[in-house]
Amino acid sequence: MKKRVAIVGVGMSKFGELWDKSLRDITLEAGMYAIFDSQVSGKDIDAICIGNMSAGRFTGQEHLGALAADMGGLGHIPAYSVEAACASGGAAVRQAYMAIRSGEHDLMLVLGCEKMSDVNQSEAMRTVGVAADWEWEGLFGATFPALYAFMARRHMYEYGTTETHLAQVAVKNHKNAEHNPWAQFQKAVPLEVVMNSGMLADPIRVLHSSPISDGAAGLIMCSEERAKQFTDTPVYIEASTQASDTLALHDRRDICTMDAAAFSSREALKRAGLTIDDIDVFEIHDSFTIGEIILTEDVGLTQKGQGGRILEEGLTEIGGKYPVNPSGGLKARGHPIGATGVAQIVELVLQLRGDAEGRQVDGAEQAMAVNIGGTGATSIVHILGR
Amino acid sequence: MAEHGVAQIWRKIKSMYNIIGNRCTTCNTYYFPPRPVCPKCRRKGHLEEYKFKGLGTVHTFAIVRQVPEDFKTQAPYVMAQVELDEGAKLTAQIVNCDIEDVCIGMRVRSCFRRITEFGHGGLIVYGYKFEPTMKVTGHK
Repeated sequence: MKKRVAIVGVGMSKFGELWDKSLRDITLEAGMYAIFDSQVSGKDIDAICIGNMSAGRFTGQEHLGALAADMGGLGHIPAYSVEAACASGGAAVRQAYMAIRSGEHDLMLVLGCEKMSDVNQSEAMRTVGVAADWEWEGLFGATFPALYAFMARRHMYEYGTTETHLAQVAVKNHKNAEHNPWAQFQKAVPLEVVMNSGMLADPIRVLHSSPISDGAAGLIMCSEERAKQFTDTPVYIEASTQASDTLALHDRRDICTMDAAAFSSREALKRAGLTIDDIDVFEIHDSFTIGEIILTEDVGLTQKGQGGRILEEGLTEIGGKYPVNPSGGLKARGHPIGATGVAQIVELVLQLRGDAEGRQVDGAEQAMAVNIGGTGATSIVHILGR
Repeated sequence: MAEHGVAQIWRKIKSMYNIIGNRCTTCNTYYFPPRPVCPKCRRKGHLEEYKFKGLGTVHTFAIVRQVPEDFKTQAPYVMAQVELDEGAKLTAQIVNCDIEDVCIGMRVRSCFRRITEFGHGGLIVYGYKFEPTMKVTGHK
């Protein structure tokens, strides 16, 4: 019988353009909040795992494992840094999950962080772009929004998805973020404003896109036996799965489907012994609003091509059958790349504890996080339950 | 040590200038850029160099308006995924037409163009872009 893995503490820094804070400040902040929330003490932590995409390019600093151990005053414990582009945070959670399940570590601090606003916009754009295939897409002029525009245009062509659908995701997620104190944009945005926002790469507009953000998120994860020392009501990771696909979007079987997300979510449900209808709340990777539309199809909330229509029906709103991104998602909570996958888990833990306040999904007991790297080349899925 | 980008581009010149990829003779699948391993056949695969004809169809596209620093002088421009007639897809600019005229399904052919410059006085990168075939042939 393999060990069950629990989450006993969560913490976040504020997400946003935080000019007064460094990468070290925000990472420490998220870690400290997670530790305080869990009631563990520093000596209980036997390893750190930190997810980050590109601190070397964004801030000029690498070797974040050692940095986190040092800043946290955690001494000589091993500290691992993992990278999977925009899925780096999810990768850190999964690495810790595997380490605890194997018995190698017992109680870990898991972090995700990115400090994107220390460089100018064109440098930030260039760095985000290397999550796709730099040599055969980026070099030829395909920006990251352009690659998502490829998906959006084709989805519109094949399934009749509209610009209104693209905008409705942003409207929904901004509305949810009004109630999230850590969100970068804690305000609703009217549909007309989204639909008239500046064009990045037709048909992708600026308000279809997640922002440039700074932020960090942290978790305390441990074995089930250990969790009982700290809380009577831990949240458990019921499944953790990961899948890959081609680095370049043009090599995919179908650019309207993220096969890696379909495989990993199906496998996660199987391992957890659940069906999609058992899941009460979702955090799904909406780096661009077309991403949420495609992924709601791929995880099975609806059939392929119907991702736009379920928005019209309100199916993915808080109070709908499948609430997606109550936190505000990447769109409105913000998308500090390496922090995102961990922040998704923080949100779902709060939801399952009933601590999500104005954005609470009533009676949530099972939750799913889908964290995507690049344009779908990595997918990491976690199912949480209590 | 090479100047910024020089070795990185130089080693790709063959593929970038002439759209040279490869073909697995076991499963008859064409690859661009050339793959080191056929993902369908793996060790049973046999890859041979192949020069693509450079004809294809626009599979999807975007009009890029927020452009990278090295593409400032070209903005706005059309990026597309072109499905080559042999089956492989690649990502390239569509040129020699009004950006509003590009559509899914449009027939295109490759042309040799300047792709970008790595900053002022930096390396000039050349390679493939695509243009509509209809201007010459008079039909789609």
